[in-house]
Amino acid sequence: MSDHTAETGKSVFTLFNLVAGIIVVMGLILTFLRFTGGLSTVTNLSDYNPWGIWIGFDLLTGVALAAGGYVTSAAVYIFGMKKYHSAVRPAVLTGFLGYALVVLALNYDVGRPWRLPYPFIMQQGTTSLLFEVAACVALYLSVLFLEYSPAALEWLGLKRARNLAIKLTMALTFFGVILSTLHQSSLGALYLIAPSKLHPLWYSTYLPVYFFVSSIIAGISMVLFESTLSHRYFKDKMSRTYLDEHNPVTLGFGKAASYVLAGYFIIKIIGISVDNNWHLLGTGYGVWFLVELLGFVALPCFLYAVGVREKNLLLIRCTAVWTVLGVVLNRLNVSLIAFNYHLPSTERYVPHWMEVGITLFIVTLGVLAFRFIVTRMPIFYEHPDYEDAH
Amino acid sequence: MSISRRKFLGWIGAAGMTSAVGRKAHAASNKQFTGYAEANAVLHDISLCIGCRKCEDACNKVNDLPPPKASFSDLSVLEASRRTDAYTYTVVNQKQTSGNAKPVFFKNQCNHCLEPACASACFVQAFRKTDTGAVTYDETVCVGCRYCMVACPFEIPAYEYDKALTPRVTKCTMCYPRLIDGKLPGCVEACPAEALSFGKRDDLLALARERIRKFPERYVNHVYGEHEMGGTSWLYLSNVPFDRIGMRMDLGTRPAGELTAGALGAVPIVVGLWPILLGGIYAVSKRKDKIAAEEQAEAVAAALEEANAAADARLTSELEKAEKQKQLAIEKEVQKALEEQAAAAAEKAAGADGTADVDKPEAGDDDSRSSTE
Amino acid sequence: MGDVFLTLQDFMTFTKGVTYLIMVAALCGIGLFWRFLNARDDD
Repeated sequence: MSDHTAETGKSVFTLFNLVAGIIVVMGLILTFLRFTGGLSTVTNLSDYNPWGIWIGFDLLTGVALAAGGYVTSAAVYIFGMKKYHSAVRPAVLTGFLGYALVVLALNYDVGRPWRLPYPFIMQQGTTSLLFEVAACVALYLSVLFLEYSPAALEWLGLKRARNLAIKLTMALTFFGVILSTLHQSSLGALYLIAPSKLHPLWYSTYLPVYFFVSSIIAGISMVLFESTLSHRYFKDKMSRTYLDEHNPVTLGFGKAASYVLAGYFIIKIIGISVDNNWHLLGTGYGVWFLVELLGFVALPCFLYAVGVREKNLLLIRCTAVWTVLGVVLNRLNVSLIAFNYHLPSTERYVPHWMEVGITLFIVTLGVLAFRFIVTRMPIFYEHPDYEDAH
Repeated sequence: MSISRRKFLGWIGAAGMTSAVGRKAHAASNKQFTGYAEANAVLHDISLCIGCRKCEDACNKVNDLPPPKASFSDLSVLEASRRTDAYTYTVVNQKQTSGNAKPVFFKNQCNHCLEPACASACFVQAFRKTDTGAVTYDETVCVGCRYCMVACPFEIPAYEYDKALTPRVTKCTMCYPRLIDGKLPGCVEACPAEALSFGKRDDLLALARERIRKFPERYVNHVYGEHEMGGTSWLYLSNVPFDRIGMRMDLGTRPAGELTAGALGAVPIVVGLWPILLGGIYAVSKRKDKIAAEEQAEAVAAALEEANAAADARLTSELEKAEKQKQLAIEKEVQKALEEQAAAAAEKAAGADGTADVDKPEAGDDDSRSSTE
Repeated sequence: MGDVFLTLQDFMTFTKGVTYLIMVAALCGIGLFWRFLNARDDD
């Protein structure tokens, strides 16, 4: 099977493989530097800026963009939208890889990564939102692994284990939605403790709600984005069902994203009003806030709606990319751009190129793992032995 | 210490939990926390500070920190604004507040909050507010997530970014080990200008207010740290407004723990209600599916029945039609036969009268009569 | 262990800790209860 893919995709993947190879080699070198020279050799982190892009992008954005897993499985299994069933496996796989990479990135960021289990086995810092995030991310990574496992077990031909894993689907879906609600929102709540450092336009007691709602938007948009890419590169792996359901999925998810964006826009406005921050909209940060709110929330909301009304799949797919960028922008605003807004520019954080390099390395690992899995395991098609399973 | 948190899960055994929860009930309902009554504090009178950096020197020595690049007697260091870092637990800064007046010097270090943001933020309880007043840090459990540094409103904790495998968060310990031995913090002991006073927090607050009362024209009427972020164990008196020397006046009086209490409180509510909400949605969607399936089955059955009935009706009508046609055909045949017979009879009658009468006397008569007429 | 909580920090560490344990119990419990509730349904 893999040989076959390599042959059919040769023209696409030679360049890809070359670039990926270079990034991986660079990543390994940077990894060596990180764990021999310490954070100061590879990052621009400082005492004023303890969290850089490994938290702002890899953790906050990574977790938000990996929300497709819980959003899709909730839509299909809990809300009963069975016509989207073929979207579940790719979404769960993307989610699983996303969370795995988040945890990998944390191993670079924290000072003593081998102590990451300490909050659970040594002392429980229950007053910390980070404890809540850590517990949920650890549990949810396990949930996603189990949700993804049927595909791997079908590939390995382990029927009994696979059937056992399928039996857990409903319980895992429920558990996954609860855990996701908690840690998606808690990532926003991490910043509640620092009202003096985060710009008031982004600081709000609603931060956890904003993070949760925008994670739904991110999840839906990532499913659309991922399916567009997969369509292009792995079409030969896709079943008739998947291809048939692709367009309805695009329209349905586009509509959902548009509607949730509308709600998100409304609660963001309410947030300004509740804290009476209208006057700040006229400042430099205010303009930047409006760019985010109008350009990356209101605009994609409208474009999705137009795309759905006119059944313009291309518009929906382009809007999905734009929306994903909007969520990235929001997370970076909260964690880096509007954070420490009170400091002089000399003390502000700009990522070191090696930090970007590590992030790139980690994302590349994710893409490679995704490719490895979808070219081998039943993700875009149903395993012939289990086609009538549902 | 009120509870041994290291053994937290350990002592919430089945029996321990009921008694513990029961006993704490009345204390828990009282949302006022008095803090440690006997806790120590330091009052820093900024108006008395001469910027000699002797406190920095002492701090460096008692904490065994690496020697600084420039000697502590080199006062030109003060020209640049500095902050605490991994190897500097305290810094003295200066500020020229007005044109030709002499600059104001002020010392900066961990303020040892009554309700520390770092402790609230730490997910391994590495930070503790002790009954000595000091906020201590336990490097043996620290993971190095640096959330404490994000959380600290005074921007005090620093990190050993240059250490590959054993980086620690560092900050002033209020000389906790020295306090245990009954000694003064290094900086307080070294201060030649009495700009630092050590004592019980309540006593120092009284002392601070007394100074403001005695010299109202000298001091700003505010004891910094009395209420900031829920109060700190390091208190400040100043002859210039605090925000002019970079001490934030917009931190509010709520302790850090209260800022996150709402979000933390929402967590168990989500856990409690999400299964109900999601279970409800699931049940509704499942029921909808069931009804749809039933309706579909019904519709199929009805359609089948209708089709059958129609088929039956058609069959009957076809049969009837066929019967009718058969009848018609028979009648036609009969008619034809009769006509033929009649014609034959008439022929016969015309040929030989006798025979016709023998065969069919009346009909023959009638026919012959009608045909002859 | 017997005395009252002197700081909000200690109080929250304790109460949130207990709440976390309750949450674990609640999640397991509600799942089992769901099965009990629906066990005799026809379908």
